[in-house]
Amino acid sequence: MAATDLEETMANLMRAALAGDESAYADFLRHGTVAARRVITYRLGRASPVAPEDVVQETLLAVHLKRHTWRQSEPILPWFLSIARHKLVDACRRQRVRISVPIDDLAEFLAAPDATDSGADNQHIERAVEGLSEAQRKVVRSIAIEGRTIRETAAALAMKEGTVRVAFHRGLSALSQRFGRQT
Amino acid sequence: MKTEDLIARLAADPVPRGAEPRTLFTLAAIGALGVVAALFFGLIGPRADFLQALQTWRFDYKFLVTLALAASASAVLVPLLYPESRANLRLLLIAPGLLALAVVIELATQPASVWAMSAVGKNMIKCLTIVPALGIVPLLFMLLVIRRGASPRPGWAGFAAGLVSGGLAATFYAANCTDDSPLFVATWYPVAVLMLGGLGAAAGKVIGRW
Repeated sequence: MAATDLEETMANLMRAALAGDESAYADFLRHGTVAARRVITYRLGRASPVAPEDVVQETLLAVHLKRHTWRQSEPILPWFLSIARHKLVDACRRQRVRISVPIDDLAEFLAAPDATDSGADNQHIERAVEGLSEAQRKVVRSIAIEGRTIRETAAALAMKEGTVRVAFHRGLSALSQRFGRQT
Repeated sequence: MKTEDLIARLAADPVPRGAEPRTLFTLAAIGALGVVAALFFGLIGPRADFLQALQTWRFDYKFLVTLALAASASAVLVPLLYPESRANLRLLLIAPGLLALAVVIELATQPASVWAMSAVGKNMIKCLTIVPALGIVPLLFMLLVIRRGASPRPGWAGFAAGLVSGGLAATFYAANCTDDSPLFVATWYPVAVLMLGGLGAAAGKVIGRW
């Protein structure tokens, strides 16, 4: 998909998502995943000790937690790719890998060839979940890893649905913070 | 976890998005202004000859410099709350430039024999304590805004937050201080403001991580 089409598609999906459309939001993240994977894989090259898919997942988490920083009047692709770049630089710094990431994310995106998902089941997030507080770990594990819904989790853990929602959101925030601290 | 699973889970996290960083900044600025004004008028107050002092350019010029600092640092901070924007850091040179201009005028119009006395002044301790003290709460507000944002350069955002807070605090303090010489302002105000700037930069790097 050309960058201008992708821009329009993603902006429309995010607008629908902000209006409460969950499936539009999932579609938005899917398009974003492809774009982020393409840039990240291209930039990291073949022999990098940083796993591209880890950075892709960290990017998705950051995009999710920082979605209020997209201004609807501004293009969404530069916003999205800046977050990917931020996470890429962060991951490389952690692994002490030298990387040069150009400032213009969009040019970078256009230069990068398509990349495919290896489909690997990666353990990056699971490892980070281990570092959360017990309550957050239970909720995040139940929803994000075991795939239960908020309602099922509330029933299983004997918590109120609202409490589960808040714990899940806080857990995701804490998870994102933890990525920055791993060495 | 597979990426596709992560997507499905994130879409199930329905906590509504918060206010945009720019809006939060405006709210924080209004709140900071209220807190500083209340502290200033409650505890310190303007100098006794405030109205007469307004007739002199040296007194008025202090406000020009401090307000220029608060405004220009805000113009640097707000873009730095968004991941894709770039801030024009050169804006931070406006207030020092205005101050340098006044220093040149002062040096040209005052005899060399009074320079040292004007620069040292009588209120350096007050300047170095009141400005940072008044600026702490605004800085805290600004740091919370940085935390909600997604800054590409959190250290610079924190530094700008310190300068916004310092400019705001110094604007109020200037109404109390009886040292109006640009030589005094150029000697002590930057020290007080940079304390907040340094604190902001250090705190911003930690609190602005994402």
